[in-house]
Amino acid sequence: MNRFAELLDRLAYEPGRNNKLRLITGYFREVADPDRGYALAALTGALSFKHAKPSLIRELIAARTDPVLFGLSYDYVGDLSETVALMWPRSSPSPAYGGGLGWGQAAGETAERKPPPGSPVSANALPRDPTSPASGRGAAEHAAAAQIGRDDPPPPTLSEVVTTLRTLGKTELPRQLERWLDELDETGRWALLKLVTGAMRIGVSARLAKTAAAALGDKDPHEIELLWPGVAPPYLDLFAWLEGRADKPVNRDPAPFRPVMLAHAIEHTDFSGLDPTDYIAEWKWDGIRVQAVAGRDARGHLVARLYSRSGEDITRSFPDLLPSLRLPGAIDGELLVVRGGRVQSFNVLQQRLNRKVVSPKLIHDYPIHLRAYDLLGDDENDLRELPFAERRTHLEAFIRKLDDPRIDMSPTIPFESWEALQAARAHPASAGAGEDAEAVEGVMLKRRDAAYLPGRPKGQWWKWKRDPHVIDAVLMYAQRGHGKRSSYYSDYTFGVWTSGEGGEQLVPVGKAYFGFTDEELLQIDRFVRRNTVEKFGPVREVVHEADRGLVLEVAFEGLQRSSRHKSGVAMRFPRINRLRWDKPPREADRLDTLEKMLKNETTPPTIEVAAATGSH
Amino acid sequence: MRPQDILLPTAAGLCCKTGGFHIDPVRPVERAVITHGHSDHARAGHGAVLATQETLDIMRLRYGDDFAGSTQAVRYGEEIRLGDVTIKLHPAGHVLGSAQIAVSCKDMCIVASGDYKDAVDPTCTPFELVPCNVFITEATFGLPVFCHGRAADEVRKLLSSIALFPERAHLVGAYSLGKAQRVIALLREAGYDAPIYLHGAMETITRYYESRGVKLGDVRPVRGMKKAELAGTITLAPPSATADLWTRRFPDPVTAFASGWMRVRARARQRGVELPLVISDHADWDGLTATIAATGAGEVWVTHGQEDALVHWCKTKGLKARPLDLVGYGDEEESETPLPVGEAEA
Repeated sequence: MNRFAELLDRLAYEPGRNNKLRLITGYFREVADPDRGYALAALTGALSFKHAKPSLIRELIAARTDPVLFGLSYDYVGDLSETVALMWPRSSPSPAYGGGLGWGQAAGETAERKPPPGSPVSANALPRDPTSPASGRGAAEHAAAAQIGRDDPPPPTLSEVVTTLRTLGKTELPRQLERWLDELDETGRWALLKLVTGAMRIGVSARLAKTAAAALGDKDPHEIELLWPGVAPPYLDLFAWLEGRADKPVNRDPAPFRPVMLAHAIEHTDFSGLDPTDYIAEWKWDGIRVQAVAGRDARGHLVARLYSRSGEDITRSFPDLLPSLRLPGAIDGELLVVRGGRVQSFNVLQQRLNRKVVSPKLIHDYPIHLRAYDLLGDDENDLRELPFAERRTHLEAFIRKLDDPRIDMSPTIPFESWEALQAARAHPASAGAGEDAEAVEGVMLKRRDAAYLPGRPKGQWWKWKRDPHVIDAVLMYAQRGHGKRSSYYSDYTFGVWTSGEGGEQLVPVGKAYFGFTDEELLQIDRFVRRNTVEKFGPVREVVHEADRGLVLEVAFEGLQRSSRHKSGVAMRFPRINRLRWDKPPREADRLDTLEKMLKNETTPPTIEVAAATGSH
Repeated sequence: MRPQDILLPTAAGLCCKTGGFHIDPVRPVERAVITHGHSDHARAGHGAVLATQETLDIMRLRYGDDFAGSTQAVRYGEEIRLGDVTIKLHPAGHVLGSAQIAVSCKDMCIVASGDYKDAVDPTCTPFELVPCNVFITEATFGLPVFCHGRAADEVRKLLSSIALFPERAHLVGAYSLGKAQRVIALLREAGYDAPIYLHGAMETITRYYESRGVKLGDVRPVRGMKKAELAGTITLAPPSATADLWTRRFPDPVTAFASGWMRVRARARQRGVELPLVISDHADWDGLTATIAATGAGEVWVTHGQEDALVHWCKTKGLKARPLDLVGYGDEEESETPLPVGEAEA
């Protein structure tokens, strides 16, 4: 465990990708099986321990610390594992951190706290109050520490931790975790908790960990991606192959997940280098990206699965789609709710997401649908090396053969020039999306000749979202962020003008905490600190008058009526688009502007009215 | 007599009406009593300033000779009568010259401790415990996650990194008043006797420490050194400089940062620190809570930092406690804006 903790610790401080790779590859080289395999599993998120929930860890720490202090600490640190690792009241001294909670528990520490002999005030030096809870523990702890020091159990190995966690029952788990937390030092505790909860967040992606493994055997990381679904922790066969001791492992899963291909957001400057004839355009649907895979196992039975874009198996949440996946193949597409032949907005689809129990009523009220845009495999044939245009032809044939009302093709958008496509993107309803236009969030551009590559390869796929709504609002309150941002005022409440009893006044319309650059964050933070009117705990009221204040250009995706907000409106996905230092607050937008936008949101634009009447 | 009749938080800072002075005012006032020389506590432009000789000297070095209308130096323990109150300065153990200010009137004693620490520091007079009725405390590290351990262990980490990377330069970010000199003194205590190099912004204060009898060994300006000569050496610089173009003069530098904030990973990562050194000139959680308990104060006022947690702790111990919500302290360091002279510290 210690070597693994050390790796995680170093990775957490290492900013450079190449150095991270070197650290991980170095670890794989130095550490033997099966520890390194479990480390790879941990870094790729392949381990999950069903009983070890963050809530259990909260319970453990709650039993040992004041809940309010824990809450405030967690809020500050921003990471559960780290907070608990730092706060865990130690019962044995560790060499890494001399300063535990116990006063004077080690001779060295007592010396540290005492003024040097001969100093003029040493007689007055801070006496340890015998009634203080911390010092009360000191003596007893000292004895306990000496006791533990003699037959200190060695800290557990990574394999020990993983195998114990896998076999341990739910009732024994808390005590085992406590034992480990007592045995490990701060770094060890942190690594253990990261491992147990599965939330690493140390700036290492699964892809990076696989790349580091590939480097061990001088292989292409893509090869590991392809065989990944067929291997399992502790990956003995994988490491054997990487070290040239065995053949390449084969993927035997009948319905494996294929790593998905992702798009770059297109910028206006990108178009000049692109030729419209090289690209096929489709609508970008506001649903969730899924991969629907079916295949036959060794006995000829059909196995069907639905994966999220990160490879998570979400089949159980959508049993109503399963019967439709009856042809062996792998479809890449968008999961949507379709009612009466009409695609519903993301808000509606959300009712089907993250459900533990899928009731018949839910299935009936929110019928699920798959809109297909790519075919990665047709029966036994891997199509991913084919150009996109050819894969689409295969897909059309596949969907025709399937002939299922729940699965259809995502249509292409014919266009001659970027200007024409821009017009289609601005008015999807009149450009072919028809009644489904409300579920369109932009267009996708895919190179005709692009193979299906995992990750986000440059220049192959582009997403071109519809322009967001933009308003100018005035910064009213700022709150400190969490974790990495806990020293910055990074959460902003902004408002627009409206006429009130006391004349013109600002009414808060939303809150945003991203969209700005690091440099802009520093600028806003400075502004907040210098223009604070009042402090309420972590919140500062910032000057907002007609001539004094900061105007923020806020972009957002949509508006909804809301009774929870004083202004009566709620924004979807608001973010800070630009800082308008040039604009006096009096010139910021008014609530009427939002009211008008709201009307346009709820009643479809005129062009759609004729088409929409029939379906109501 | 109620404590708020003696000291009251105002927009300019803590104000003693009966004594006619402010403590560490953030705006220019007629009469100011200053706890220590960090720029968020010691500002220029007051009428009369009362502080320890060292604090006055540091203010003069930073702001120039006319930083105040008039000055008065006070020794630790010396009693001064101001209107109806008497004040007394006691060592705070924070940086050279740092003081707690005990304000007494009849049977009521309030101690404004400024910034303080109860850990050993070879470069300043150790913290002195002053029994009082009301204790005014900072809360920079007022969360139980802040446990600062032994500074000597952190310095050992730095020395072993130097042994590991003899071909690289080690750049240690440290606040130029107090932290830098403490790190140098700790390195000397650990037996490191090679020259230690300084960023230009640290020279004046460091030389001042030496002039006050703090032994720092062979300390040199880094200016004018050749890149190759800096392999395997230690240079101290203001934290803002360690992420600057300025670092290009060093061979493959390892960036370290000596601060209590380094206890939290996100803080170290955010600054691109590779070698975090948990060395603080503020009391950690245990230091704050033990000090509060030991003063015997029945009431605690919390000035700046993590007020909520410390106030909560006091209440669970049956002490009256409240945050003062003063604006302007600890801010300069927090926003991490590079400052030309003397950034606030932590």
